[in-house]
Amino acid sequence: MTPLEFVAGVFGISLVAGVLGSMLGLGGGIVVVPALTLLFKLDIRYAVGASIVSVIATSSGAAASYVRQHLSNLRVAMLLEVSTATGAISGAFLAGILAGKWLYVIFASVMALTGLAMWRDLHHGDEPAAPVKPDRLADRLRLHSSYYDPALGRTVEYRVRRTWLGLIVSYIAGIVSGLLGVGGGVLKVPAMTLGMGMPIKTATATSNFMIGVTAAASAGVYFMRGEIDPIVAGPTAAGVLIGATAGAKLLPKLHSKVVRVLLVVVLLWTAYEMMRKGVGNG
Amino acid sequence: MQRADAVRRVELLLSRLLRAGVVVSLLTVVTGLVMSFARHPDYSRSVEALERLTHPDTAMARSLGDVWRGIAEGRGQAVTALGLLLLIATPVVRVAASVVAYLVERDWTYAIITGIVLALLVVSFVIGKVE
Repeated sequence: MTPLEFVAGVFGISLVAGVLGSMLGLGGGIVVVPALTLLFKLDIRYAVGASIVSVIATSSGAAASYVRQHLSNLRVAMLLEVSTATGAISGAFLAGILAGKWLYVIFASVMALTGLAMWRDLHHGDEPAAPVKPDRLADRLRLHSSYYDPALGRTVEYRVRRTWLGLIVSYIAGIVSGLLGVGGGVLKVPAMTLGMGMPIKTATATSNFMIGVTAAASAGVYFMRGEIDPIVAGPTAAGVLIGATAGAKLLPKLHSKVVRVLLVVVLLWTAYEMMRKGVGNG
Repeated sequence: MQRADAVRRVELLLSRLLRAGVVVSLLTVVTGLVMSFARHPDYSRSVEALERLTHPDTAMARSLGDVWRGIAEGRGQAVTALGLLLLIATPVVRVAASVVAYLVERDWTYAIITGIVLALLVVSFVIGKVE
């Protein structure tokens, strides 16, 4: 493969990663890392470096649209970011003490269970199944919001509940990414939908905003370690940015159920990948 | 209502700021890639060139100093690296701008929350550097 073919190939795959990642509120890493290492036989360090850049590109590429469409709930994002960032720092410290393959098995099980919970919830849609219990913390922090849903043709008002549960799960999500370097983003969306009762599209758009902030600090570190190769990360960033911009335009038009099904598939796939690493064939 | 309007204005301003950062970094990344291919015609023919570029031992720019020196020498890869650094900076600038915006709005609760986020970003960056 020549550098030109390589750059073109990486750009193409990154377009897809950007569309998918921006709609589901995840970094493109889940697509980018396996593609770069398996398809392009790239050194894992450069693949991970490009992946962290792709997370930021996904986030920043889509953020402008999501804020304009009022899909990102910035207050929820900033609040949960406090506990995610704290979790990531704890995870970095715990890594030395807790390192072990069984960690992958535990987190894989958590993700599989979350995926199943979301699957069961598919029929409920965005409307809460039971009357919403008021949450004084959410009132105090003015977390409730609304957005216009073109797929439904109306404005959807939503009230945030169980803020404390969202904070705890975000903290765990932070630990997962600090400890294992992957998978934190996948837990934040269920935390907001199942836990805090937010509509799925606002949850993915809010998560999309958060992942960029979390990844920025790590990306700076990767750069100083010389693990960001411009010939790899450059086309990745360009492809993901364009893909994410398109994905952000697409998300509002999709039906919530489509987004949920996609997310369940990604959750179960991530669980499978982590389990494989834990069991030792990865 | 007035307050909600003010918050919305700030959100839109931040969103435009972010978009500008993204467009500038995308253009810089692409310019760098085009420069690399223009300068090395063998990049579109040679298979060894790719192996050299992606070899684990190849020295990468690790600091702003490296990037500036590379740009001064007209190296496309350094221009791409600059674009990537701009991209990495966008979320950080975004959080910093939010702190200022909430202070201006006299929304102390969220000024403190975003301030903590910014501080945690700095802490995790420093911890990562030490490791």
